[in-house]
Amino acid sequence: MTPTIPTPPRRSFGMNSGSDNVFRNIIIGLSSLVLVATVLYGFVLIVGGLPAFQREGIGFLFGLNWDPGKGIYQALPFIAGTFFTAFGALLLAVPLSVAAALFISEYAPRWLAGPVGSAIELLAAIPSVVYGLWGIFVLIPAVRVFQVWFVSVTGVPWPPTGTGLMSAVLILAVMVIPFICAISRDVITLVPNDQREAAYALGATKWEVIRFGILPYARAGILGGVILGLGRAIGETLAVTMVIGNANVIASTPFSSTATMSSIIASNFGEANETLRPALIAIGFMLLVFSVIVNVIARIVITRLTPVGTR
Amino acid sequence: MTRTDTMTKSISSGLTRTVSPARRAQNSIMFGLVALGTVIVLIPLALILFQVVYNGLRSINLDFFIKSERDMSMITGGGGVLNAIVGTLLMVAVALVIGLVVGIATGIFLSEYREHPLVGVVRVMSDVLTGIPAIVVGLVIYGLMITTKLPGYSGLAGGVALGLIMIPIIVRATEEVLKLVPTSIREAGLALGLPRWKVTMQIVLPAASTGIITGAILGVARVSGEAAPLLFTSFGNPDLATNLLQPMAALPSAVYSLAFKALTPAQNEQAWAGALVLLTIILISNILARFFSRPRSYRAPKANTAKT
Repeated sequence: MTPTIPTPPRRSFGMNSGSDNVFRNIIIGLSSLVLVATVLYGFVLIVGGLPAFQREGIGFLFGLNWDPGKGIYQALPFIAGTFFTAFGALLLAVPLSVAAALFISEYAPRWLAGPVGSAIELLAAIPSVVYGLWGIFVLIPAVRVFQVWFVSVTGVPWPPTGTGLMSAVLILAVMVIPFICAISRDVITLVPNDQREAAYALGATKWEVIRFGILPYARAGILGGVILGLGRAIGETLAVTMVIGNANVIASTPFSSTATMSSIIASNFGEANETLRPALIAIGFMLLVFSVIVNVIARIVITRLTPVGTR
Repeated sequence: MTRTDTMTKSISSGLTRTVSPARRAQNSIMFGLVALGTVIVLIPLALILFQVVYNGLRSINLDFFIKSERDMSMITGGGGVLNAIVGTLLMVAVALVIGLVVGIATGIFLSEYREHPLVGVVRVMSDVLTGIPAIVVGLVIYGLMITTKLPGYSGLAGGVALGLIMIPIIVRATEEVLKLVPTSIREAGLALGLPRWKVTMQIVLPAASTGIITGAILGVARVSGEAAPLLFTSFGNPDLATNLLQPMAALPSAVYSLAFKALTPAQNEQAWAGALVLLTIILISNILARFFSRPRSYRAPKANTAKT
C-alpha cells in the first residue's frame, strides 16, 4: 500500500491554484469518458436491439426458433452455443492451466520456468484470426480424422465433419489457457513460504505440500482466474466463427455445427436486413451483460477471497 | 523459493525411509501429470508458430507488400496486402491517440487524485471495459458512427473502436507505474512551490514514462490483431486508402476474409502469408514491450540545474 499523496493546501499558492484547477478538471473530464463509454455501450445496444426485444418478448431469450427467412428471431441456440463452448473449453483448459502454473512456480528450475512462462504468455498474444486460420487448415482436418475413427469404433450416428462444436471447444481451450495460467501462477507465487515450510516440516512429499499447503490457499485466486477465462471464452469471436460451422440451430451432438452469440453476429451482421440487424444487436446487448457480470464476479472473487500473504 | 528447495532436498534425503512407497509413487505420478499438462499446453503454440512461419514463408513475396487486394486473383493469387497494412497502421495510430490521451489522463486520475469520490467507480468501469468483447465494441461504434453517417463506414470509425479497446490497457499500465514513483519526489516538487499539475506532468509522468510506453506497445500489439470490431466499422476496402473518412482495410480482417471466405488454394496461401506478417508485427511489439519493462532502478528525471 503506497502512502497517499498529501493534498496541497488549496488556497495558499494564490496564482497557481487556477492552473491546478484547470488541469484537475481536464483530468476528471477525460477520466469520466471511461464512465460515459460504459453507460453508452449499454444504451446504444439496448436502443438498437429494442425492435427485436419488443417483437419476440421473452421468447427472444428462451425460444429455439431462429429463422431469418420468416423473420423469427429467438436466440437460445446461440446462448446455448456460447455456454457449451465456454464451459467445454474451461473443462479442458483449467486442469492444463493449473498444471502449467504449478510446473512454472513450484517444479521447474529457474532457467526453465522463465522460458516456459514466456511461451505460455505468447499464446495470449496470438491474434484470434491466426487461431481461426490454424483451426480451419490444421485443427479441423485433425478433428475430422478423430471423428471418423470415433464413429467407426462406436457406431454413433454423428456426422464427422470436423467443423462444429468440438473444434470450437478445442480452439477456445487453447486461447483461454494463458489467462487462467497467468493468474494461477500469480496467486501460487503469493502463497507464503511458511505454508510450504510447515507442510515439509510435517513430513509431506512435494505433491502433499502442493495439495494441502498451496492449493487450498490459492483456490480462490485460481477460481477468479477461471472466471476471467470464462469471460474471455464468452467474448471470443473470430476464431470460433471460423471453425464452428455457423448453423442457426442448437447443437444436438458434440460434433454438430452450431453458432455462439458472438459468432452469429460476426457471420451475419454484414449482410443483415432491417429485421435481422436489431436481433443481432440485441444479442450483442446480452453478450455485453454476460461479460460484465462474469468480469465483475471474477474481480470480486480475486480481490476479496484471496488471503493476504504474510511475506 | 530457493530456501524451500534446499530444505526439500535436505528433508527428503533425511526422511526417505519414512515415506511410504504409495505416497512416493503418488508424488512421482503427480509430477508426471503436471509435466505432461505443461507439455500439452506448449504443443499448440509450437504447432501454430511453426505452421504460420512455414506456410507463410512459402507464399510471401515482394508483391505482397507493394500491391493491394484489388490486384489479387482468386485463381492465380498475386496482388498483396499493402492496402491492409496501411489501413492497420492508420487505424492503430487513431486508436493510439485516443488510448494515450484518455488512458494516461485516467491513470493520472486514479493514481494522483485518490481522494476524489469518483476514483472507485472509474477504476471498476475501466476493469469492466477490459472484459467487454471486441465484437460488442464494434456493434456500439456501428450504432454511434455508421447508422448516423458520422461519418459512416470509415477508417476513423475503426480507429475509434480500436481506441476504446486500448483505453483500459493504458489506464492499467499508467496507474500501476505511477504508483511506483516515490511519494518523496512529489513532495519535493510541491515543497519547491511547483503547482500540482507541474509536479504531475513534469516530474511524476517522465519518471514513469517507460512503464507507460510498455503499456502503449502492449495496447498496440493487442488492437493490431483485432478484426472483430472492424468488420462493420472500417468495413474493408480492396484499394489503398489513406483518407480516414473512407472505408479502410485492415490486416487481420484481410486474413479473416482470405481464410474464411476463401474459395481457392491461392487465397489460402495468401491468408497464411498475411498471418505471418501480422504475427511478426505483434511478436516484435511484445519483445519491444518486454525490453522497455525490464526491471530497472528508479532514476530521477534529469534536472536542469544539474551542473550549477
